[in-house]
Amino acid sequence: MLDTLKEYFSFPFVRYAFVVGLLIALCSSLLGVTLVLKRFSFIGDGLSHVAFGAMAVAAVVGLTDRMIIIIPVTVIAAVLLLRTGQNTKIKGDAAVAMISVGALAIGYMLMNRFPTSSNISADVCSTLFGSTSILTLKRSDVLMCVIMAVIVIAVFVLFYNKIFSVTFDENFSRATGIPVNKYNLLIAVITALIIVLAMNLVGSLLISALIIFPALSAMRLFKSFKGVILCSAVISVICAAVGIILSILYSTPVGSTIVIADMSVFFLFWIISAFTGRNKT
Amino acid sequence: MSEQIICRNAALGYEDGIVTEGLDFTVSTGDYLCILGENGSGKSTLIKALLGLKHQVSGEIKWCSGFSAGEIGYLPQQTPVQRDFPASVKEIVQSGCLSKTGLRPFYNKEEKKLCASTMKLLGIDDLADKCYRELSGGQQQRVLLARALCATRKMLLLDEPVTGLDPKAQNEMYELIAKLNKQGITIIMVSHDIHAAVQYASHILHISKKQLFFGKKSDYLKTSIGKSFLDSEENNHA
Ligand SMILES: Nc1ncnc2c1ncn2[C@@H]1O[C@H](COP(=O)(O)OP(=O)(O)OP(=O)(O)O)[C@@H](O)[C@H]1O
Ligand SMILES: [Mg+2]
Repeated sequence: MLDTLKEYFSFPFVRYAFVVGLLIALCSSLLGVTLVLKRFSFIGDGLSHVAFGAMAVAAVVGLTDRMIIIIPVTVIAAVLLLRTGQNTKIKGDAAVAMISVGALAIGYMLMNRFPTSSNISADVCSTLFGSTSILTLKRSDVLMCVIMAVIVIAVFVLFYNKIFSVTFDENFSRATGIPVNKYNLLIAVITALIIVLAMNLVGSLLISALIIFPALSAMRLFKSFKGVILCSAVISVICAAVGIILSILYSTPVGSTIVIADMSVFFLFWIISAFTGRNKT
Repeated sequence: MSEQIICRNAALGYEDGIVTEGLDFTVSTGDYLCILGENGSGKSTLIKALLGLKHQVSGEIKWCSGFSAGEIGYLPQQTPVQRDFPASVKEIVQSGCLSKTGLRPFYNKEEKKLCASTMKLLGIDDLADKCYRELSGGQQQRVLLARALCATRKMLLLDEPVTGLDPKAQNEMYELIAKLNKQGITIIMVSHDIHAAVQYASHILHISKKQLFFGKKSDYLKTSIGKSFLDSEENNHA
C-alpha cells in the first residue's frame, strides 16, 4: 500500500493536488468558524451560484477570460451578503438563499435563451463538482493557491482578535470605536476569493462542506474560540489529507471522499460529546 | 463637574416612525443617570444613539471635551447570538481592550494585566478559562460588565444590567455599579427597577413618547409622575 502511494506521489500532479487540497481545507476551515457563527454556513453554496450566474453572463457576452466578470461579481455579492449583519431585518441565511436562488435562475435563463457552444448541464455540473478536476492542476494553479492561502492565513493571524470581537458582538465593537464595517468587508472579500478559487479547483459542494463540517465538529468539543479555530484547522487538514490518499488508493472521487471523511469526524465528535455529556445539544 | 454628553431636543426613531422625541438632558462627569420608561418606550434606542450605533432623526447629541468612542464601555441587553458562541471568559473580557490595540495584532502585557485585575474586581477571576455559554445568567452579566470596564475608565452605558438575575445577585450588581461610580466612572443605566434607581442614581431620565422628566433624583420624587410611577410599582409588589 505504501508503495502504491509512493508511486503516485512521484507524479507532480498528485503532489500539486495534495498541496492545493490541504491549503484550501486549511483556509476554508479558518474562515468557516467565523462564517458558521455569523450564521453564514451556506455562503459557499450561495456564492458559487452567484459565480455560476456571472459565468453565464460572461459566456453570453462572449468573454474568453471569464474570471474578469466572475471575481468582481462574487466579491460584490459576498460584501452585500455579509453586510446584512446583526442589525438588519433580512437575516443572513435568508439573504444567502435569496441571492443564491436568484443568481441560479438568472444564470440558467441566460444559458437557455442565448445558447452558446458550451454544454449547459456540463457547466452546472462543473460549478458543483469543480470544473478542473483537482488531479489536473497546472503549476500556475498551485502557485495562485499558495499565494491566496498565505494571504488568508496572514490576514487571519494579524486580525485574529478583531475577527473574534466583530463575530462575537458587532454592536459592542462598534460602540468602542472598532471600524466594524472595514473588518466585515475584509472577511467578505477573502471569503469570496477563497470560494471562487476553490470552486474552480474542487467545486462548490466540497467548499461548503469544508466550511461547515470542521467548524461544527470542533464546536462539539471545544469551548473557547481559539480552541475551536485550532481544532477545526487540524480536523480539516487531516480529513483532506486522508480523503485525498484514500481517493488515490481506491480511485474514488476526491471531493466526495474528503466530505465523507469530514462527516465521519463530525459524527465521531458528536458521539464523544454526547457520551461525555459536556454538551447539551 | 464637566459635561460629557449634551442632548438637545433630539428625536429618535426607525424607518417606520419616531419612537421618542424632545429628549433634552446633560450628563456630567461622575453622574449616575438612570433611564426609566415602559417597554418599547425607546430606552435601548436611546442607548444606541448615545453610542453612535444609530443616528438621531433630528436634534443634537453632542460628546464633549475630547471624548472618543474608544472610551465608552457598553453592556448590551442580552442578544441571542451570543448564547451559543464558543468563547472563554478571558477571550471575551480581553476583547474589551481591543480599541486600545489599534493596528497592533495582539494584546500587550499591560492590557492582559488590566483584564486580570478587572476580572478580580468583579470576582470572576476563577472563571477565566470557563466557557461563556455554560455560565449562569448572573455570571454572564459580570463577564460582559468586565469587558465594558476594560474598554473604559470614564463612562459605562448599561442596558438593563440586572435582568434575569436573582434578587441577591441584583443587589450585588447594583452595589458593584455604585462602587464603580464612586471611583469616578460616569454611569448611564437603563432599568425597570425604580427602587434601585431611586436608591443609587443621582439623576433620572424618564421617557415615553416624549421626555417626561429629567433632573436630580430628589426633584423627581417630588413630581407627580415620579410619585405615580413609584406608587404603581408599589401596588404591583403588594
Ligand atoms: N430594529 C428596529 N427596527 C424598527 N423598530 C424598532 C427596532 N428596534 C426597536 N424598534 C421599536 O422601537 C421602539 C423602542 O424600542 P426599544 O428597544 O428602544 O425599547 P426599550 O425601551 O428598550 O424597551 P424594553 O424595556 O423592552 O427593553 C419599539 O416600539 C420597537 O418596536
Ligand atoms: Mg431595551
